Amino acid sequence: VAKLINRSKPVELLLVEDNAEDAELTIETLRGGSIRGLRGLRVHHVEDGEQAMAFLGREGRYADAPLPDLILLDLEMPRMNGLEVLAAVKEHPDWRRIPVVMMTSSDKEEDVLIAYGKHANCYVTKPVDMDKFIEAVRSIEEFWLSLVRLPAA
Amino acid sequence: MAARSSRPPVEILLVEDSPGDAELMVEALLESDLNVRVTGVEDGEEALRYLRRQGPYGDAPRPDLILLDLHLPRMNGHEVLSDVKQDDTLRFIPVVLLTAFDTDEAISEAYGRQANCCVRKPSDLDEFAEAVKQIETFWLRMARRPREY
Repeated sequence: VAKLINRSKPVELLLVEDNAEDAELTIETLRGGSIRGLRGLRVHHVEDGEQAMAFLGREGRYADAPLPDLILLDLEMPRMNGLEVLAAVKEHPDWRRIPVVMMTSSDKEEDVLIAYGKHANCYVTKPVDMDKFIEAVRSIEEFWLSLVRLPAA
Repeated sequence: MAARSSRPPVEILLVEDSPGDAELMVEALLESDLNVRVTGVEDGEEALRYLRRQGPYGDAPRPDLILLDLHLPRMNGHEVLSDVKQDDTLRFIPVVLLTAFDTDEAISEAYGRQANCCVRKPSDLDEFAEAVKQIETFWLRMARRPREY
């Protein structure tokens, strides 16, 4: 409980995912989690890279969006892909400290390398099997939202 | 099991100056059924010599994961982190920064220097061992690590 002392605001998580089923399953799994303790979690979902940029930049309908504490980022997306979003986040003075977890179906060694090279905080391959997918989301949640000390907003 | 043991072990570099903490962490890491090899060094300069294969470390393997204490003599964790993340051959290695009762600013700075994540060392020994195992399980079983570089 000690790590929650000065963290009364909920964790703001930005999920960038164009696949509707994957997004729904991720959100359901995160909402069903019970290990976040006192702090709570708010999940914000956008469907492509351009929307992610608008959310982070508080543009248009995202004018009141909070700066996320953690970003779950798909790699293969229309318009602006995950690696482009990653680069934009990690080059921005106000966003670069936000941990970015790449969660993607790409299993390509090259994508893993490029992502870490662009300072992705972590790279997780999305399992195809639904139970394993849920397990992966839980594992991300348990690690990143419970054990890890995120940067203070 | 035979197939697993014939593959090279997963290499973890532990940078920790407290002998008590280091011992506890090595024990926790080696309890895993993964084929893990842990190398411990006691300060930041030594860590960089190891990573750059200098002096006695000419044959040192490239670590798959670095556990780095923030508070180290001579060269602190922030400085080691910056050197690793600015080095074109080392920056792909995931670095887990272990913190104590550090300020929010120190944590933000670590993320600014591209720590992969920060984890506070619990003061309770059982919780500490558990946290180390969680770090190991997440990074070695769930996260993908870059292989060819």
